[in-house]
Amino acid sequence: MIPGSFAYHRPTSVREAIGLLVDLGEEARPLAGGHSLIPMMKLRLAAPEHLVDLAGIPDLKGIRDDGSDVVIGAMTTQHEIVGSDLLVAKIPLLREASLLVADPQVRYVGTLGGNLANGDPGNDMPAVMMCLGASYQVVGDSGERSIHARDFYRGTYLTALKPGEILANVRIPVPAAGHGFAYEKLKRKIGDYATAAAAVVLTMNGGTVAGCSIGLTNVASTPLWAEEAARIVAGSTLDAATVKQAVAAAEAITSPAADARGPAHYRTKMAGVMLTRALVTAKARAR
Amino acid sequence: MAKSQVSMTVNGKPADGLAEPRTLLIHFLREQLNLTGPHIGCDTSHCGACTVDLDGKSVKSCTMFAVQANGADIRTIEGMAAPDGTLHVLQEAFREMHGLQCGFCTPGMIVRAYRLLEENKNPSEEEIRFGISGNLCRCTGYQNIVKAIQYAAAKINGVPFEEAAE
Repeated sequence: MIPGSFAYHRPTSVREAIGLLVDLGEEARPLAGGHSLIPMMKLRLAAPEHLVDLAGIPDLKGIRDDGSDVVIGAMTTQHEIVGSDLLVAKIPLLREASLLVADPQVRYVGTLGGNLANGDPGNDMPAVMMCLGASYQVVGDSGERSIHARDFYRGTYLTALKPGEILANVRIPVPAAGHGFAYEKLKRKIGDYATAAAAVVLTMNGGTVAGCSIGLTNVASTPLWAEEAARIVAGSTLDAATVKQAVAAAEAITSPAADARGPAHYRTKMAGVMLTRALVTAKARAR
Repeated sequence: MAKSQVSMTVNGKPADGLAEPRTLLIHFLREQLNLTGPHIGCDTSHCGACTVDLDGKSVKSCTMFAVQANGADIRTIEGMAAPDGTLHVLQEAFREMHGLQCGFCTPGMIVRAYRLLEENKNPSEEEIRFGISGNLCRCTGYQNIVKAIQYAAAKINGVPFEEAAE
């Protein structure tokens, strides 16, 4: 399968990339790792006339400790996330989720920014970022702005990014020391998108949940932040009745499509099962 | 679209050619450089038959444009054996352990296993299976592929290879 013709651009700075995207208009697409875009181009489901490759821009790379936050450049690969000692120490949820993205070869090339900005509800990192309360630093012609992950996703392949803007980096507040976490993903095989998946971060105080945040993957046209379910869990001991109530609240906000992964009702129920497992695991890991 | 000059190091030697921006790396390797070891299997970034080693990463060359690999250092299955024809330890291992049946997935499996062992000299069986999870063998000959990688790891580490009881 051979993609349609396009012109290839390789800027070396964010400013140059933005200039190209603005000048070339809607026929130009930024290229990150390409592991979503290139398959789409091979199938001719996408046929951009210009690709602006962001791989030559050093400013978009790297994982940085910034006190109470960690900042990850958009062109950081999943492989680099998996291998980051800083992330393992501070936000281990990211490694756990990243290891469930696609397969080893795809993780060497696929980027965090591509996973987040593409707007595919099947991608794993968006719900993780909603769960963590991350914000996206976006750069465009008229400057820089910050968009909360929970406000970024508008629909399938629809995000708050405006034409000519690119995602530059992601700022993630470091969860409290001793927090529990889990990303539970049901998939048919390695490399598949989730039938349903749930991300949980929680802190325990004695035997009760002090705080909790929940994200859900691939059970609606956007990733979901399950605010009500997390509110139900907070203050509880995570007893069976509370978990059941929280799961019901999470299931209530899902609206999955029926596809080869199963009918909609099944996928909603699997979101509940993944959430139950993630809550149990996160609690067990919390100190 | 106009072709542009693409230069890379392939199997230790400089390699140049003209490529349209849309030319995939796998097509450049196979059709311009006549390196037909990397295979086109699924052509949808699932099967890993096209895997090459690129700047120390295992990459599916069907999902990268040749222009993206401009300047890269690439190793394909053709670059695994020594110039005098001595097989790489992984090639020897696949032969000794019957790590191939039809052989179609083998170039990708070996190149992927090479990077896996570079990163982890002594992987567990589980780590091997996870490490090659981006490579499909449609003969389903995974048992012997895993054994071959264990054999190669043992040889690299200078310890005797012991087959696990079945």
